[in-house]
Amino acid sequence: MKVLVAVKRVIDYNVKVRVKPDNTGVDLANVKMAMNPFCEIAVEEAVRLKEKGVASEIVVVSIGPKASQEQIRTALALGADRGIHIETDEEVQSLEAAKLLKAVVEKEEPKLVILGKQSIDSDNNQTGQMLAALTGMGQGTFASEVVVDGDKVKVTREVDGGLMTVALNLPAVVTTDLRLNEPRYASLPNIMKAKKKPLDSMSPADLGVEIAPRLTTLKVEAPAARQAGIKVADVAELVDKLKNEAKVI
Amino acid sequence: MERESMEFDVLIVGGGPAGLSAACRVMQLAQEAGEELTVCVVEKGSEIGAHILAGTVFEPTALNELFPDWKEKGAPLNTPVTRDDIFLLKNQEKATKVPNAFVPKNMHNHGNYIISLGNLCRWLAEQAEQLGVEVYPGFAAAETIVEDGQVKGIITGDMGVAREGSEKDGYMPGMELRAKYTLFTEGCRGHLGKRLINDFKLDEGKDPQHYGIGIKELWDIDPAKHEPGLVVHTTGWPLNESGSTGGSFLYHLENGQVYVGLITDLSYSNPHLSPFEEFQRLKHHPEIKKYLEGGKRVAYGARAIAKGGYNALPKMSFPGGLLLGCDAGTLNSSKIKGSHTAMKSGLLGAEAVFEALKEGKSGEEITSFQKRFEDSWLYKELYAERNFGPAMHKFGNIVGGAIAFVEQNILRGSLPITFRDTTPDYATLKPASKCKKINYPKPDNKLTFDRLSSVFISNTNHEEDQPVHLKLTDPEIPLKDNLPKYDEPAQRYCPAGVYEVVEKDDGSGKKFQINAQNCVHCKTCDIKDPAQNITWVTPEGGGGPNYPNM
Repeated sequence: MKVLVAVKRVIDYNVKVRVKPDNTGVDLANVKMAMNPFCEIAVEEAVRLKEKGVASEIVVVSIGPKASQEQIRTALALGADRGIHIETDEEVQSLEAAKLLKAVVEKEEPKLVILGKQSIDSDNNQTGQMLAALTGMGQGTFASEVVVDGDKVKVTREVDGGLMTVALNLPAVVTTDLRLNEPRYASLPNIMKAKKKPLDSMSPADLGVEIAPRLTTLKVEAPAARQAGIKVADVAELVDKLKNEAKVI
Repeated sequence: MERESMEFDVLIVGGGPAGLSAACRVMQLAQEAGEELTVCVVEKGSEIGAHILAGTVFEPTALNELFPDWKEKGAPLNTPVTRDDIFLLKNQEKATKVPNAFVPKNMHNHGNYIISLGNLCRWLAEQAEQLGVEVYPGFAAAETIVEDGQVKGIITGDMGVAREGSEKDGYMPGMELRAKYTLFTEGCRGHLGKRLINDFKLDEGKDPQHYGIGIKELWDIDPAKHEPGLVVHTTGWPLNESGSTGGSFLYHLENGQVYVGLITDLSYSNPHLSPFEEFQRLKHHPEIKKYLEGGKRVAYGARAIAKGGYNALPKMSFPGGLLLGCDAGTLNSSKIKGSHTAMKSGLLGAEAVFEALKEGKSGEEITSFQKRFEDSWLYKELYAERNFGPAMHKFGNIVGGAIAFVEQNILRGSLPITFRDTTPDYATLKPASKCKKINYPKPDNKLTFDRLSSVFISNTNHEEDQPVHLKLTDPEIPLKDNLPKYDEPAQRYCPAGVYEVVEKDDGSGKKFQINAQNCVHCKTCDIKDPAQNITWVTPEGGGGPNYPNM
């Protein structure tokens, strides 16, 4: 069974995000970038399926600038077999990402597509769902457990207030939640070997998809700084402030 | 324990200016000779540049030798120095501008560039990879492999070890990386370099190394006040209040940003001193404030620098490898520059190693390195400035500066005597009871800040569940000796708030707490602890700060 995993290059989760002084976006100049943590979980799940003998080949795909190949190489070092890079310097929004992935799905015909539930840069949580809708595949989102059984996959989903288990016919789309697994470290020999694994590069046009953003970013602002607290003299003053200033009681 | 193992011709520990220059040079030489070499660089930071922190006014001498076409290749040297201002700060209000004619020659910066050394290293790593070097960030060199008295390589740190030492899920034992020659370029006070100096007695007959702690911030400032290429140095206040020495810098780089920082000599004697707070105070001086006011702080970091110079420079060769750059201590403290000298030592090291490999050697000490070093401009430069640091320590910044002026501008480095400074920095503290307490003002959160909000913008992270990487030889010393005698100075010299003396939860007294996940890898504790009781070892690879544009 072939598994397709989508990974995204995002600002590293350790980095304190800084808004550009002109409010047009987030400053990415010389900032550490890394694979989106949810995508790492997706790669790990695919590798575990391969180790169990369920998956036979893992294809990893990323959309973005040339440097996104670093994240594909990381996925290859973690155990994926080959990479596809859809190179574009344009901003790619969820719907275009889903369309591009759909084109890859049509070409590769995987039985299972695993994506992160969302990327930590724009936090949209849309691409997996859109891909399922565009391809007509079933979807198991926010997965905390994935069990493939014959031509079905059982996905335990993390939903408000509990867990929901769904059974999907393959091929299907699964998006990962944090508790699905803990990704492994890439070892040095595997990082070396990853450099020699095949990686195809193509453009969105090669896949017949036009990048045409539908959303315009008007302004990006950092959250307002928290106001410093004050000390009150006694309970009466506290009650008074809660009543008259904060108006919460 | 059986470990996986890999072999290289040349292994380089640390992806800074010295290591990356050595990597590029050795590959260039191999390609010129039509030979194939395997060269590997390991770096503990999560990426190349993540742990690099320097001023930096950069002198491009060594870069010109390594890549004469660096401009065409796009090296990030974007802001030539246009003006040098030096101020003697008398107190928190007053300053005297040092007239140009009295500035020691080495403090002139014509032809130099204001750069981010981290970004230069990122660029050097790209060049190295294009030349065929294997560059592996995220892997810390935890141990050396020494067999038959020769260094044979290093062992990378284990990944996935829990705080108390057990193996977690995903545990990955470190690997042996073996090489014919290993170059150690870990930067100032490298933890393996420290052991090599000790084990191979490389510092025999030398003065003890001296250090400073540099604390630096990156600011976006008001475009109206921004003057790309302006270099401002100060000395005097605030450090002179406590009889300490050091100096500050403020560099206007590109994109409306400035670097501002303070280097405090770690030979200070008042244990109440806090280099972090001194730096915060400095920003209120009118000569500094006038640029920062209305601006916004973007990044923060700290790193120790080795500034002992020629007199403290250890022997740099030993069986199986070389000790280069700030790991040895090649910084020129009179220029306050170590990048070009570190790079040059890397080039010399690469040339020496290539020659040894060509002669079929492996693991024997490269004794010819010393001669190669002595014939280079690096040696001449360091020899000429050998009196600068000791004169500053002995006579303070002003008289010391005058001596530097006479020596550099009039005698051209030929002063017939050598000053020495033989007290190591850990032994200079006076008892707390005999020193004036320093009351530092509270941060205003506009120009000045506290430690934790500062560490926050160094993007420092360590996997929380891992062994503490700051080892106490005797866990009793902080509370038993250091606290009564020196009011435990670690609480103040650490620029990241790693060390705290706190009340125990059950109220039964005090405890010494180590917040290791805050550590910005500056190594000050390893240097300054009066009992030499703290040993810095590598945490899990990839941990530590993630400096952007520093």
